Amino acid sequence: MKENTNSFSLQATGRRVRSALSQQVAFGIIRLLGFVVVGLLVWIQGFIIVNGVGVISWEFLTEAPAEGMTSGGIFPAIVGTLCLVAGSMVFSFPLGVMAGIYMNEYTKDHWSVRLIRVVTNNLSGIPSIVFGLFGMALFVNTLGFGDSIIAGSLTLGLLVLPIVIRTTEEALKAVPDSYRSGSVALGASKLQTIFRVILPSAFPNIITGLILAIGRVSGETAPILFTAVAYFLPKLPTSVFDQVMALPYHLYVVATSGTDLEASRPIAYGTALVLIVIVLLMNLLASLIRKRMSKR
Amino acid sequence: MIEAKNVNFYYGDFHALKNINMKMERNTVTAFIGPSGCGKSTFLRLFNRMNDLIEGTRLTGECLVDGQNIYDKSVSVVELRKQVGMVFQKPNPFPKSIFENVAYGLRVNGMKNRKEMEEIVERSLRQAALWDEVKDKLKKSAFDLSGGQQQRLCIARALAVSPSVLLMDEPASALDPISTSKIEDLIYSLKKDYTIVIVTHNMQQASRVSDNTGFFMLGELVEFSETKKMFLNPEKEQTQNYITGRFG
Amino acid sequence: MKTDLRKRFGRNSYRRAAAWLEQAVEGLFTFSGWISIVIVLLITVFLFKEGFGLFQAPTVEKGYVLCVNPSNKVERLDGAQIKRIFDYEITSWNEVGGDELEIRPFRFEEIFDYYSDEELGADYELLPEKLAEVIGGDESVVAFVPEQYLPQDRAGIKVVDTGHITPGDFFGGREWLPTSTPAARFGALPLILGTLWVSFFAILIALPLGMGVAIYMSELAGERMRKVLKPAIELLAGIPSVVYGFFGLVVIVPLVQRAFNLPVGETAFAGCLILAIMALPTIITVAEDAMRNTPRAMREASLSLGATQWQTIYRVVIPYASSGISAAIVLGIGRAVGETMAVLMVTGNAAVMPTSLFEPIRTIPATIAAELGEAPAGGAHYQSLFLLGCILFLITLVISVSAELISKKQRQVV
Repeated sequence: MKENTNSFSLQATGRRVRSALSQQVAFGIIRLLGFVVVGLLVWIQGFIIVNGVGVISWEFLTEAPAEGMTSGGIFPAIVGTLCLVAGSMVFSFPLGVMAGIYMNEYTKDHWSVRLIRVVTNNLSGIPSIVFGLFGMALFVNTLGFGDSIIAGSLTLGLLVLPIVIRTTEEALKAVPDSYRSGSVALGASKLQTIFRVILPSAFPNIITGLILAIGRVSGETAPILFTAVAYFLPKLPTSVFDQVMALPYHLYVVATSGTDLEASRPIAYGTALVLIVIVLLMNLLASLIRKRMSKR
Repeated sequence: MIEAKNVNFYYGDFHALKNINMKMERNTVTAFIGPSGCGKSTFLRLFNRMNDLIEGTRLTGECLVDGQNIYDKSVSVVELRKQVGMVFQKPNPFPKSIFENVAYGLRVNGMKNRKEMEEIVERSLRQAALWDEVKDKLKKSAFDLSGGQQQRLCIARALAVSPSVLLMDEPASALDPISTSKIEDLIYSLKKDYTIVIVTHNMQQASRVSDNTGFFMLGELVEFSETKKMFLNPEKEQTQNYITGRFG
Repeated sequence: MKTDLRKRFGRNSYRRAAAWLEQAVEGLFTFSGWISIVIVLLITVFLFKEGFGLFQAPTVEKGYVLCVNPSNKVERLDGAQIKRIFDYEITSWNEVGGDELEIRPFRFEEIFDYYSDEELGADYELLPEKLAEVIGGDESVVAFVPEQYLPQDRAGIKVVDTGHITPGDFFGGREWLPTSTPAARFGALPLILGTLWVSFFAILIALPLGMGVAIYMSELAGERMRKVLKPAIELLAGIPSVVYGFFGLVVIVPLVQRAFNLPVGETAFAGCLILAIMALPTIITVAEDAMRNTPRAMREASLSLGATQWQTIYRVVIPYASSGISAAIVLGIGRAVGETMAVLMVTGNAAVMPTSLFEPIRTIPATIAAELGEAPAGGAHYQSLFLLGCILFLITLVISVSAELISKKQRQVV
């Protein structure tokens, strides 16, 4: 054992140098992995952007496909996706926000809320193809909507409901309790408090949830495969019971089962780019709102 | 043994320690007292370079341990921390067994010999006056121990790597009175082998365990002298006021 | 006096209306609050109702029967035997418990080769008779015919008992041939194993990568680097799966084909690579969260004992965050198991038992996506796809619940 009176050295020796070295190696690898992941992102996005950007033009965005999907544009698919996004939000946004209000404002920390939270978590873990099956069984067959905007929208709405619920709950949690007691102390009813005080101050954060949900919905394919979409439609939808084309499905068919795969590749790149741009925009918008919020 | 020369320390723009000079001898217990936020913990943490972990800090002056400037480029932080052990305010055992907690420092220092390791673990636990209480449950989780036992385990853990200096940052502040007195006895008995520096809130504790006491206020070392003298006959009025409880 | 009363009355009614409204809205909120539970229940009901219908479905196509000559000793045939008989793999009756006699499979359409339209009658009213002739006249025949064309008295004909599709057929069957006739084969084993196979290797690839990045973000990266990485990973999570599939199709599949010199690039391995990339964001986010939750005190304790930062990470931080990391793995698997479009586009979709990473494979979600469109509603094929959906649903349920339990354990340690 070392005598306490002995003087000691603080310089790194033998083993120390080795463990410092192994740290350097480990950190080197870890840094490398970090760059690999960033590289992956750049690769995927770059690939789509580089190949797709030449395809994008006004005509591409505003014209219908032509010559068996080998030329023309993707306008009907854009319209279809817009319809599905709008429809699913009309359905899931109010419902999700109200669910969030119920969970945070009415029954905090009750067993039922815990149960709902667990189930909502499970719901968000259910694969989108299962939603597709369910949507087909309930909306298309049982309720008789057929393949239609409304069936697809409802299916997509269910899919993103957990996102809306969770962001709403979080947004409401972030509202300080003093706002609530302050309002109630002035004689406001619970409902007045919720609508006049809590919702306005939580609103931007709730909107973030809406935007993320839109981003998710616009890219989903599996749930609409059997509930809403068609390979090709000669005219635009006129009612909610019409079938539509949609961007993600369009990309799928153009990439895998067109009449002339090589000739329709540019269309596929263009469609993929449009999809990625939508996601990028939505993420950007959400983070802008978040930033604005945190500044306040 | 431990020495600070013109030490200034900054958290960003905040001047946390102002021109501190101090010398602590081998095999003594030195206590730092002072009101919260006076810099005593910051000062303590300089000596095993724990403040390096905080971003945006800056140091001028010299901190010497055994005559070597520990902020010199040639110094290995890891080697320094092995020589200068530390016990924290709240007991912070790892979520491992009692044995593995004490053996941790040995393992990270490359010890493989199980027998030697067992010997050192036992000796350290004995030194920390914990052996008799835990010898039958070394495999149990450290979280099963009481707060006071956990703190003694942390002391044993620090002793196992055989440091020369032991820094203690309010080691008893989170403990009940009985555990506290056990820790104090322990500090007293460890003095013959280690140089101990202890930060404390509790003036009685300082007077019971320490040979010398430093009184800090607003980042300055107001007074540093023998503990007896400080408590009976302080030189500065601020010290007098603090000791008699007028503020802090 | 009068006006005063009216005023008060007015206020009361207003108040009553307000209270009523308040109640109504609260009811609405409550209903919405329970919506997730309602949905999960509905999903369960619809999936299982449709899916379990499969076990009432007959082995041979609905409306058809298998008939043999009355002298044949064989009383029953199961799906596998029927399929192999009609594929000419089983050629002798003694292989299925009958006499030493060659089997002659007979499909209903072949009747038109034997008899002209006139002989069968204008409305095929003579068809049953002729059928009985063919079957009664040949001891070796096994005929696959619509039940409606059997003679009323069944004279000269023996109908073989073919039974129903059993859970054993579905969960233990190794053949997925949902459109084969006379007996479609719904053996889900290749699909179940294919799903697990691809997901397992995907996680094997994603885990080291994801852990590395999580460690980097929680332990090494400065604030500025984190600010770049965090949104980058969110973006990775946000890219639609069909875009991943497209990327896989045009980049990864040819890459795999060339790198391993394969006849086709659409293999399990291509699926693994794409799934690994897709599971990365989940793994990184959850694992990083768990590691950042390791208390500062733990790190300080370790460093103060002379451990290097790396030793602190792998001896203290990672063990401390282990349950969070396990949750990350589980959720990553969940993501991979349920992924549909990307897998559909790159794995080649051959419903065979997985034996190698470099052969085409087919997963449950891809099967559903590829076949549901062609399966007539209510038929056995349709029901089998719903049953696959049930399996998927149960797998993800198990995954969500175990992730929940694991992270609860983490909270208890803290």
